[in-house]
Amino acid sequence: MRREIEKRLKIKAIDIYGLSEIIGPGVSFECEHQCGLHINEDHFIPEIIDPDTLEVLPEGELGELVFTTVTKEGLPIIRYRTRDLTRLNFETCACGRTLVRMNKCTGRSDDMLIIRGVNLFPSQIESVLLEMDETTPHYLLVVDRVNNLDTLQLQVEVEDRFYQDKISELQALRMKIQHQIESATGLSVTVKLVEPKTIERSEGKAKRVIDNRKMI
Amino acid sequence: MIIKQLSVFLENKSGRLHEVFDVLGASNINVSACSVADTSEFGILRMIVSEPDKAREILKEKLFSVNVSEVISFATPNAPGSLSKTLQILSNAQISIEYLYGFSIGEKSFIALRCDNAEKAVMEFQRHQMELISASELYKF
Ligand SMILES: [Zn+2]
Repeated sequence: MRREIEKRLKIKAIDIYGLSEIIGPGVSFECEHQCGLHINEDHFIPEIIDPDTLEVLPEGELGELVFTTVTKEGLPIIRYRTRDLTRLNFETCACGRTLVRMNKCTGRSDDMLIIRGVNLFPSQIESVLLEMDETTPHYLLVVDRVNNLDTLQLQVEVEDRFYQDKISELQALRMKIQHQIESATGLSVTVKLVEPKTIERSEGKAKRVIDNRKMI
Repeated sequence: MIIKQLSVFLENKSGRLHEVFDVLGASNINVSACSVADTSEFGILRMIVSEPDKAREILKEKLFSVNVSEVISFATPNAPGSLSKTLQILSNAQISIEYLYGFSIGEKSFIALRCDNAEKAVMEFQRHQMELISASELYKF
């Protein structure tokens, strides 16, 4: 999307992050290297916590971004939970700034699922699907509980040319997706290939998860 | 001698197979051979139809995933051992069979077969004077 905007408008597009609860846009921004958003640490102290245990996570880990404002006088906030998921990078940037950089947010902590004790964000699945040539980002996660054990099924549409005649290749593709998801999330998953255009499309926030455990 | 076969990926949902034939029937496309290979998760419908390119477009419009592959078709005598003799020709020529489907009636058995080298298979069959079925014969109804 960004590359597309840059190409068509012949500009360099810069990502800016902010929350209206803090100051709106301007909490962090990209520099010309476009490699993470520098947080204005002279005004805001960022921390990354585990959204489940609320413990601060070690440097570089993925978790929920939390802010404390240093200079706000009217409405200061302390350890404000943004619900945005990201990680922090403390290395000095190529631009010379030493301000900590946050990655583009990969999801919301509200979306977090706990499966067999492991935290799973649908965005983790999505990024695997986006990386693979064979898969589309149209997917649905179905969580269930069988014999007291959580099960995770991924229904996914694949690119048209991969729906092909040979069953062995379709099965191999299923296994490949399964394997990629497992190595990215540490969770075993059953992949089900579904027909094209059968996963519900929605204008706004797509429904990505069906959690049948809640009904028990 | 090489015949276009359509393969349609189908989830195991009731009514899906019927829908395919419904769409084709409504467009006056005839199905002259078909088989369904199924797994626990999905099935693949393979079929030889009267107008493969048109059928492909029509099914695509209806959001089915359709693939075109090449098969060969032949007839053998409807007698014990005749298929064995035929397949011997392929295995002698180091041609691997992916799958086949067919049936017998009256004097003859009709087979559609996908292998890893359709052109070579056709040549081998011609060399052994086998009765190959042409695309135009199969597409006709
Ligand atoms: Zn920088």
